[in-house]
Amino acid sequence: MTIPPSDISPEDASVVFDAVSKRFAASGGNAAFTALDNVSLTVARGSITGIIGRSGAGKSTLIRLVNGLEKPSSGKVLVDGVDVGALDEAGLRDLRRSVGMIFQHFNLLSSRTVFGNVALPLEIAGMDRRAIEQRVRPLLDLVGLADKHGRYPAELSGGQKQRIGIARALATEPKLLLSDEATSALDPETTQSILELLKRINAELGLTVLLITHEMEVVKAVTSDVAVIDRGEIVERGRTFDVFTHPKHETTRALLSGLPGSKLPEAVARGLKSAAAAGDRVVVRLTFFGAAAERPLISQLIQSIGAEVNIIAGTIDEIGGKPYGSLVVAYGADAETAGKAEHFFAENGLVTEVLGYVA
Amino acid sequence: MSPDLLMLIGKATLDTLRMVAIAGLIGSLIGLPIGIFLATSGKGELFPAPNVNRIVGLLVNATRSTPFIILVVAIIPFTRLVTGTSIGTKAAIVPLTIATIPFFARLVEAAIRDIDKGLIEAARAMGATPMQIVFKVLLAEARPALTLALTMTLVSLIGYSAMVGAVGGGGLGDLGIRYGYQRFRPDVMLIVVVVLIVLVQLVQSAGDRLARRFDKRSRKT
Repeated sequence: MTIPPSDISPEDASVVFDAVSKRFAASGGNAAFTALDNVSLTVARGSITGIIGRSGAGKSTLIRLVNGLEKPSSGKVLVDGVDVGALDEAGLRDLRRSVGMIFQHFNLLSSRTVFGNVALPLEIAGMDRRAIEQRVRPLLDLVGLADKHGRYPAELSGGQKQRIGIARALATEPKLLLSDEATSALDPETTQSILELLKRINAELGLTVLLITHEMEVVKAVTSDVAVIDRGEIVERGRTFDVFTHPKHETTRALLSGLPGSKLPEAVARGLKSAAAAGDRVVVRLTFFGAAAERPLISQLIQSIGAEVNIIAGTIDEIGGKPYGSLVVAYGADAETAGKAEHFFAENGLVTEVLGYVA
Repeated sequence: MSPDLLMLIGKATLDTLRMVAIAGLIGSLIGLPIGIFLATSGKGELFPAPNVNRIVGLLVNATRSTPFIILVVAIIPFTRLVTGTSIGTKAAIVPLTIATIPFFARLVEAAIRDIDKGLIEAARAMGATPMQIVFKVLLAEARPALTLALTMTLVSLIGYSAMVGAVGGGGLGDLGIRYGYQRFRPDVMLIVVVVLIVLVQLVQSAGDRLARRFDKRSRKT
């Protein structure tokens, strides 16, 4: 599958992956393996871009190319126009001080207090104590942990630890924040609050966020743009809203099917047939957004087809700030009813997908 | 107990403390960087030098597998070169130090290898130099383990120091052998053993307490 070239101009790009491949040579018991295969992707400045894929799809390798923790086997990675692969060690250190990173397991120093952890990147950059103090205090305020500055990480909850991780990543005032599965070790509620924080930072500081995750929930909640990675290749990418509402690749569909509301109830899924017999009902997924999400669609549908409609599953949600609904309904599969329904859907601009038939 | 005997025990205890303190200090000061090197110079690590790493590892193993009493005798020429003599407390410090270096280095290596690799990655992502990673991350995080390593080293040294009595090294071990064993004085032997036990206990509990204070990994309220 070919992906059209990016429509983001080079001046607006925070990160550019240009035909990047990464191969790991065989070592010990491991066979040689290609983690990334000819990946091209542009991350727009000021965006929150998500890269989603299953574990082992190559997303960890991809994000580590940005700050030079990994080196590409071929191709180029540009950060603000600078070729990361061409930098020497000193150049890489400078780059890393302008790119923040947060981690799944937080990676805080247990021997340092909250304050000390946030101060660490500033000490590394050689800042003096007074300036560090002035920089760290407002950051702790920003992440809502000013009262915990003298505590040690072991005394904090997972969500609080990640907030410290975020404050630490922001300490050097980076233009780009890399998030490596930052919410994967957190419960759903804490995940939401961390994602809210990332959104706020993106809006208030104008920071570009590049995050990798295996959870569609995360992509849905915060990203403006998304790329789907599978077996080292980008298989789909675009505005998050478009990818969610019109998924093209099967991997994207598979990942989306994990979202609540998009799954059919077990009993329905089991009885689903691929062809209709007389008297069967057709099961259809309707996707609607924008104005359509606010109209009384079901009552209109019932009126226009003059038959019963069952609602099987459904969800109303927001993606990239836009309202979005997904509804699975069943109605008579006979030619007349189905014809009327199709007419109704076309008239109202609804995206439909026939999932199968039930008795 | 005669005052003379008390004097002897007092002097022997001081000799032992002096040997352990000096050998412990010098040995761990040299052993620490060697241990750090062993833990960070493998392939793909902070200071990659796998060949040197192997050679240093081999030397460390060789020294550690030599029985201490043989080491003492084997390095007499070196001891004489350093201290001008091959007997007495001062001379005993040399083999004690030599034995301490690889012992402590291996413990340091284990302590540092035990640190979560994620912390090293995080520090690299912050733009830290390898040296900054050693001082600000590895040594800081390993402090409780290093304290316990030093404690274990000092306890072993107290045991080793009793052996140097065999070559006229002085100290409690020497006293035990010369008076307790050779002059059939079980009372002296008993006192020597009790003093050694007390010393080991003191060192161990001080080390444990210090390590606990350094350790911030457990939740405290």
